[in-house]
Amino acid sequence: MSAKLNALNSDSYIDVSQYRDQHFKGNRYEQEKLLKQSHTLYVGNLSFYTTEEQVHELFSKSGDIKRIIIGLDKIKKTACGFCFVEYYTRADAEHAMRFINGTRLDDRIIRTDWDAGFKEGRQYGRGKSGGQVRDEYRQDYDPARGGYGKLAQQHRSTEARNSF
Amino acid sequence: MSRRRHSDENDGGQAHKRRRTSEPIEIEDRLESLICRVGEKSTSSLESNLEGLAGVLEADLPNYKNKILRILCAVARLLPEKLTVYTTLVGLLNARNYNFGGEFVEAMIRQLKETLKNNLYNEAVYLVRFLSDLVNCHVIAAPSMVAMFENFVSVTQEEDVPQVRSDWFVYVVLSCLPWVGKELYEKKDVEMDRLLSQVEGYLKRRVKIHVPMLQVWTAEKPHPQEEYLDCLWAQIQKLKKDRWQERHILRPYIAFDSVLCEALQHNLPPFTPPGHMPDAQYPMPRVVFRMFDYTDAPEGPVMPGSHSVERFVIEENLHCIIKTHWKERKTCAAQLLSYPGKNKIPLNYHIVEVIFGELFQLPSPPHMDVMYTTLLIELCKLQPGSLPQVLAQATEMLYMRLDTMNTSCVDRLINWFAHHLSNFQFRWSWDDWADCLTVDLEKPKPKFVKEVLEKCMRLSYHQRIIDIVPPTFSALIPADPTFTYKYIDESTSSLPGYPAAINVGNAIKNRASNEEILTILKEVPNPNQEDDDDEGESFNPLKIDVFLQTLLHLAAKSFSHSFSALGKFHEILKTLTESDEGKLHILKVIYEVWRNHPQMIAVLVDKMVRTQIVDCAAVANWLFSQDMAHEFTRLFIWEILHSTIRKMNKHVQKIQKELEEAKDKLEKQQHKRRDSGDDEEMEKNSEDEDGQLEEQIERLQEKVESAQSEQKNLFLVIFQRFIMLLTEHLVRCETGSVDISTPWYKNCIERLQQIFLMHHATIQQYMGTLENLLFTAELDHHILAVYQQFCALQL
Repeated sequence: MSAKLNALNSDSYIDVSQYRDQHFKGNRYEQEKLLKQSHTLYVGNLSFYTTEEQVHELFSKSGDIKRIIIGLDKIKKTACGFCFVEYYTRADAEHAMRFINGTRLDDRIIRTDWDAGFKEGRQYGRGKSGGQVRDEYRQDYDPARGGYGKLAQQHRSTEARNSF
Repeated sequence: MSRRRHSDENDGGQAHKRRRTSEPIEIEDRLESLICRVGEKSTSSLESNLEGLAGVLEADLPNYKNKILRILCAVARLLPEKLTVYTTLVGLLNARNYNFGGEFVEAMIRQLKETLKNNLYNEAVYLVRFLSDLVNCHVIAAPSMVAMFENFVSVTQEEDVPQVRSDWFVYVVLSCLPWVGKELYEKKDVEMDRLLSQVEGYLKRRVKIHVPMLQVWTAEKPHPQEEYLDCLWAQIQKLKKDRWQERHILRPYIAFDSVLCEALQHNLPPFTPPGHMPDAQYPMPRVVFRMFDYTDAPEGPVMPGSHSVERFVIEENLHCIIKTHWKERKTCAAQLLSYPGKNKIPLNYHIVEVIFGELFQLPSPPHMDVMYTTLLIELCKLQPGSLPQVLAQATEMLYMRLDTMNTSCVDRLINWFAHHLSNFQFRWSWDDWADCLTVDLEKPKPKFVKEVLEKCMRLSYHQRIIDIVPPTFSALIPADPTFTYKYIDESTSSLPGYPAAINVGNAIKNRASNEEILTILKEVPNPNQEDDDDEGESFNPLKIDVFLQTLLHLAAKSFSHSFSALGKFHEILKTLTESDEGKLHILKVIYEVWRNHPQMIAVLVDKMVRTQIVDCAAVANWLFSQDMAHEFTRLFIWEILHSTIRKMNKHVQKIQKELEEAKDKLEKQQHKRRDSGDDEEMEKNSEDEDGQLEEQIERLQEKVESAQSEQKNLFLVIFQRFIMLLTEHLVRCETGSVDISTPWYKNCIERLQQIFLMHHATIQQYMGTLENLLFTAELDHHILAVYQQFCALQL
């Protein structure tokens, strides 16, 4: 009787995305399995100045948080614009994917995605300059994320030197 | 069975199969998709889509009849907002295939019985409504529908049943009448009159003690918060007076009248309502939320009146849309905004009213609070030229009526508004609310603004708040969330704990061992005793103060730092807080050092409960203590208390689940043994296993009992404290001949209500104890009324 209709069961906000962690120890199948059971979310596009307190306040709206790990620049050990939020239950994490993903924190639209689970070392950016990879190559100016992308910054200073 | 991949498969949404395959699974998926999607935006008219679909389904009946039956029954239950689309479809099928119509009706009756058995009363309403609309489609004969309604209404004659049971049966009948009243009255007016007069009699003698507890506002003006059955009755009365003329509901079957009236009708089998079972969970009564009327929409279509049946239908449909699509906010917003007939009504106002109605619903909203915030943001995105204005207007109205708004609802409004603002750069015309600066800060309006600004600060930072409000609002700006360290420098060196604080601080920084730190702490004098006993083991508040203040000061940088500190020194903290006084004092110290940062207090208390440094009862006692009396009306106090109660409840549930799982495991094991081998040795081994499991079950049983006892004690502590505080206030007012209704009193009595409402499921278990020990007849009637209203909710 409790017939469920596939056509009505759409819950696309909690679907696993295309992203796979290249540093994950295990095969694709194992990673996907963990993603489907995970209680941990990756949160991206944070301002460098967004605090753990702000993250806690926002993400508590979908349930009790077990822990937050702020992403750090590998060299400077300062916040570099991402974090992990781990909930006690999967259901609470799903609510965050449905209702907090794509809304604003600190005036920025943040993005959440399933994470296979925090492991020591994953709190560091993987870009060459120490921050996130995306901040290596981007061309735009983002004052909340260190200004221009790292590559663009180098070009600018080269240009400045050349034109001087 | 290999599935060929179509190279031209489109992405996103349902993959549309361009080629007919012979795979049954794919055809079934296609049927589902076709049926679910009919009625949505299309290049063809709804009528032609229904005609086409009826043809397709008729052709598929020989091979897929059961599947089609299953899908149609499911959409009847799960897509009530598209009721008339599907009844028309069934009508067309019945006209083409009488037997199918009969089988569908039977399947629906079976489904109705199942849903009632499974306590799915809200879905059962949709099923009955579907059946009643089938009368309009010539599938079901009107007299047999009337007979079903008569059986439902006769439940009101039952004795010794909960009122919520007969309520439900009356509600079902009344709520079908907007759809089918006209037809039933044309065929059986005498019977219908008799039915309605029975309903009227029932509604008159119904007990309505529960209503005040469910009302969002205590004031009757501008919109009374009507009990839902009263409102629906008034709406049906008006519909009857209008001779059942109803023009809002979309009725596709009218276009097919010539076809449908040729069809043969079926009689509903006689349906006896299932008898009352003790474990039945009927829906709780509710109050109809209204905040707008025809004066509020400045231009455009007029809002239907509060007792018009149109209002009922619109609200029902909007609630159903949210229920269907709440998980997908973009779809939900789009579906709400494309409501059929939207050009004739001020749709934005209806949507905002329905959403706030759900958000403020008592005891609790149907969905998570944050869902409504995000849904409103999506709606603003889709209608940027009109919806934000309606929302602003609504916010203004809610602000104006704060004085009489239920405290639980004010909490939700605070959280919603701050979160909403944080998505829109905190832009708001604060000056419009300058009136809140002219009254006592404990009054609802300034209190509201203060709490909103505090929440806004949590989502941003202190300076931001200063920047966003006019300078005149400075008294309402939250404190800068800084740490207050008692032993801060030489100016405090005369304090008795100062030397030890310095030593402890250095020891921690130098990564001293726990033993070393405990040795330092032994030196701390005990202000409570003349002579310390040898071990210094008894409760020494100064020791706790010195250690915790210093530790938290060193770890003040962030939540993570503080959590890490609590974890590292868990042993010492447990030792210091062995006694109840110790537990209470640690909470006091946390408050003292972090009183400017309520968010930090909350997370630290949470951590300490989870790591068992303090227990739940200690938290309750602390919050109700004299030391915290000046903070008693602040939101963070209640957030901490409710969070603590929830942790207690989850803890009990967790152990109960472990116990159930162990019992199941034992049962399975015993079954396996019985069914399988007779091998003597195997039997001995499994007997040992059984023995182990039985021991585990016994231990878990004890654990459950102990947890439940702790839970009961927690509620007793909380209720006792409330009673003490409220009684004190009431007595003081009476002796001084002063009005009891101070802002403090309103807050306190509604906080007591809130405990009942937010945790009613758990509290039900302890009703006996509560009634015998606490909520006795000797209690002041103001306090007892809260308890009685709560009991009335499950009458």
